[in-house]
Amino acid sequence: MGTGLYTPRDTARWHAVGRARTGTLASSSEAKGTPLTTHTFPLRTTRKRALALSAAALAAALSLSACGGARTADAAAGTASASGGASCVDTSGDTVKIGFLNSLSGTMAISEQTVRDSLDLAAEEINAAGGVLGKQLEIVAEDGASEPTVFAEKAEKLISSDCVAAVFGGWTSSSRKAMLPVFESKNSLLFYPVQYEGLEASKNIFYTGATTNQQIIPGMDYLKEQGKKKVFLVGSDYVFPRTANKIINAYAEANGIEIVGEEYAPLGHTDFATIVNKLKSSGADAVFNTLNGDSNVAFFKEYKNVGLTVDATPVVSVSIAEEEVGGIGVDNIVGQLTAWNYYQTVESPENSTFVAAFKEKYGDDRPTSDPMEAAYTSLYLWKGMVEKAESFAVADIQEAADGVSFDAPEGTVTVNGDNHHIAKTAYIGEIGPDGLIYSVWESDGPIEPDPFLEGYDWAEGLS
Amino acid sequence: MSAATGPVPGTATPAPWWRRPATRVWAGVAIAAVVLFGLAPALLSDFRLNLLAKFLCLAMVAVGIGLAWGRGGMLVLGQGVFFGIGGYLMAMHMKLSDAGPGAVPDFLLLYGDGVVPGWWEPLRSPVVTILAILVLPAGIAALLGLAVFRRRVRGAYFAILSQALAAAFAILLVGQQKVTGGTNGLNGFRSFFGYDLADPVNKRMLYFIAAGVLIAMVVIVRLLMSSRYGELLVAVRDQENRVRFLGYDPANVKVVAYAIAACFAGIGGALFAPVVGIISPADVGVIPSIGFLVGVAIGGRATLLGPVLGAVAVSWAETGLSEQFPSFWTYFQGALFILVVAFLPQGFASLGGLWRRRRAAGAPAPDDPPVGSGPDAARELASTDAADGAAQEAADAARTAGRNA
Repeated sequence: MGTGLYTPRDTARWHAVGRARTGTLASSSEAKGTPLTTHTFPLRTTRKRALALSAAALAAALSLSACGGARTADAAAGTASASGGASCVDTSGDTVKIGFLNSLSGTMAISEQTVRDSLDLAAEEINAAGGVLGKQLEIVAEDGASEPTVFAEKAEKLISSDCVAAVFGGWTSSSRKAMLPVFESKNSLLFYPVQYEGLEASKNIFYTGATTNQQIIPGMDYLKEQGKKKVFLVGSDYVFPRTANKIINAYAEANGIEIVGEEYAPLGHTDFATIVNKLKSSGADAVFNTLNGDSNVAFFKEYKNVGLTVDATPVVSVSIAEEEVGGIGVDNIVGQLTAWNYYQTVESPENSTFVAAFKEKYGDDRPTSDPMEAAYTSLYLWKGMVEKAESFAVADIQEAADGVSFDAPEGTVTVNGDNHHIAKTAYIGEIGPDGLIYSVWESDGPIEPDPFLEGYDWAEGLS
Repeated sequence: MSAATGPVPGTATPAPWWRRPATRVWAGVAIAAVVLFGLAPALLSDFRLNLLAKFLCLAMVAVGIGLAWGRGGMLVLGQGVFFGIGGYLMAMHMKLSDAGPGAVPDFLLLYGDGVVPGWWEPLRSPVVTILAILVLPAGIAALLGLAVFRRRVRGAYFAILSQALAAAFAILLVGQQKVTGGTNGLNGFRSFFGYDLADPVNKRMLYFIAAGVLIAMVVIVRLLMSSRYGELLVAVRDQENRVRFLGYDPANVKVVAYAIAACFAGIGGALFAPVVGIISPADVGVIPSIGFLVGVAIGGRATLLGPVLGAVAVSWAETGLSEQFPSFWTYFQGALFILVVAFLPQGFASLGGLWRRRRAAGAPAPDDPPVGSGPDAARELASTDAADGAAQEAADAARTAGRNA
């Protein structure tokens, strides 16, 4: 990818905070139908009828075909209640449908297309190896168009019209937030492949990207280990950076690190003179960077411009992967640090196979990155869950999910049945002159997911 | 109806009743009602019906734009603001009522300080919410309109101003993440005035409400257009200075149309939030604001049903094309826009007018002269068509204004 192609690819990449605790596993089932399920059935009917009548009355008031309106409404009330509920997934044939929902148009397309490519690769591999429970995967592809409302619409289409067994996709937090109520109310499954800001756990979503304690906290651990005492925070102005920085502030306070500045730039902002000057005069000895897309280009150019160096003031970035390095320009960021759970350079037989297969299918110039790997892994994890449950039914999969593991390119990952995240190894990487990222530090084995940071005393009160 | 309009000067023999524009319009409304209340619910699945409800919400904005832009000549490029105000008000009410009395909605716990800001508090009441949805967008538009139109800001300057407003509004929403949910917006609604949104029956009811409201809006615009005010609005669009010389204040005339358009957009937004289940800055900024306009332009901005049909058709085509061709549907969409702009600058609704004109040119029927077929047809044929020449427009406007003065 040349610099010219570097569009605001990750606008809102790092997602906004997830659903509140009120929507967690424990309470989501009772929360779902709160207002009505508490009523007795006759009352519920009355209220429906009342609404039907008000619609009819409205129609009548407009001197429309009032009778037609009322009758239709009544008929609707009768038939629709029967049609709601049971899943329409058809597993009787020798194929099973799954949905891929990524943005193929709009600002996110350039990022999400890479995820779609690796999902296609995984589906192809699984089909070639005999499918899932002997059934070939039939892909229903949809375009989320980089808009949360479209994601919600297409998710509903995939579940209700196409009757897919599971959906894979989503990138921005807003897209996930928009889809979450759909998957919960239709009781279907979403596999979400991108690291995000945590504070969410839905029984209808499996999160195969990192949560905060698998990416942000390891990033801070590394800086602490390096003896950094003054950290400057810079991020794009939206939910992920703000949430991440909230966590970093709490971490810093507990670990004797001083946060010497916290600055936000609007998404797509490209004038970093002020922020970088503040950074320089703050005396920071490290930077934690949650900027997105184009802003990174401007930020790193300005950083170099004012004479900051990677030796004195290294930058840890959490939204720069192999795909982005070329766009920013290797010269601008060589030697800088990143925090992820996968790099193309991870040494394992599984990764060599994955990288080789990907390059064979899509071309030698295509790098593999963390979200792509997480998407690839998500399809195999779903396969593992289905095979363990010996069923495509949502309830059976949820039941069987705990402990399902897969030898992924990043290393072995295991599903946590309680919060539907997966245990992942964290890697701190250094950007090499060849544009690839090389691991310089890794966690002691896979880190158990902790989306609400319950295992960290200092994080109390954050969520 | 005809009493309100009055006989058009120059019409020697009145057209038979089935040819009168009023009859046609009411027949159109009746057909729309049958389609929306009868056919659509019978033929469409719950999912498609909900999708149609979403399109109807967008069409509400289009009706307002048809009034302000098509009839009033104000290029409103920032309707996303009013759509957003309506949507956020409704969304906030739903979040507050989901949380329960006195409780704090989830997003305020996550991003904010865990307290409901004082200015959100009144929205706990459904009555206040509905009033706010009806009054706030219209009120803001009225204030803004007075400030702008009194200074005789018009044309491209007004368009730029309204678009800047949409951009600023979206930036404000993102920046005030603690109280607005930032880029994620507001979502995860469970109930709509006490009705469970997960229940397909209630989703269906939302559709009926949207359909009813939309038809009501079309009727309101129709009544407005056949009133003295409607004539005046078109006159202001075509010859603002002449109207001023005749003793009217064009600013007031424009403000009313702008406020009504804002009110419609607000109602559209308020229904959009429960229908779609999310409202975020992505639905209110510059791009969606232009998106609203596209449907109106394609449908035919100066006609009554053009904006509605255009908005629904464009949304429907987008959905249909993107389902059929997920990777390259945007090309079809682009091609459609180019075709319409190149060959039908007045939108699809002008096809009817073209056909009528061609027929009139071929065999002039005594009962259907181009100007005498009623104020609506005359406007569609002559005054809205810039290409038809300024002279004809001016004559038309002067005639209209003169009749009313």
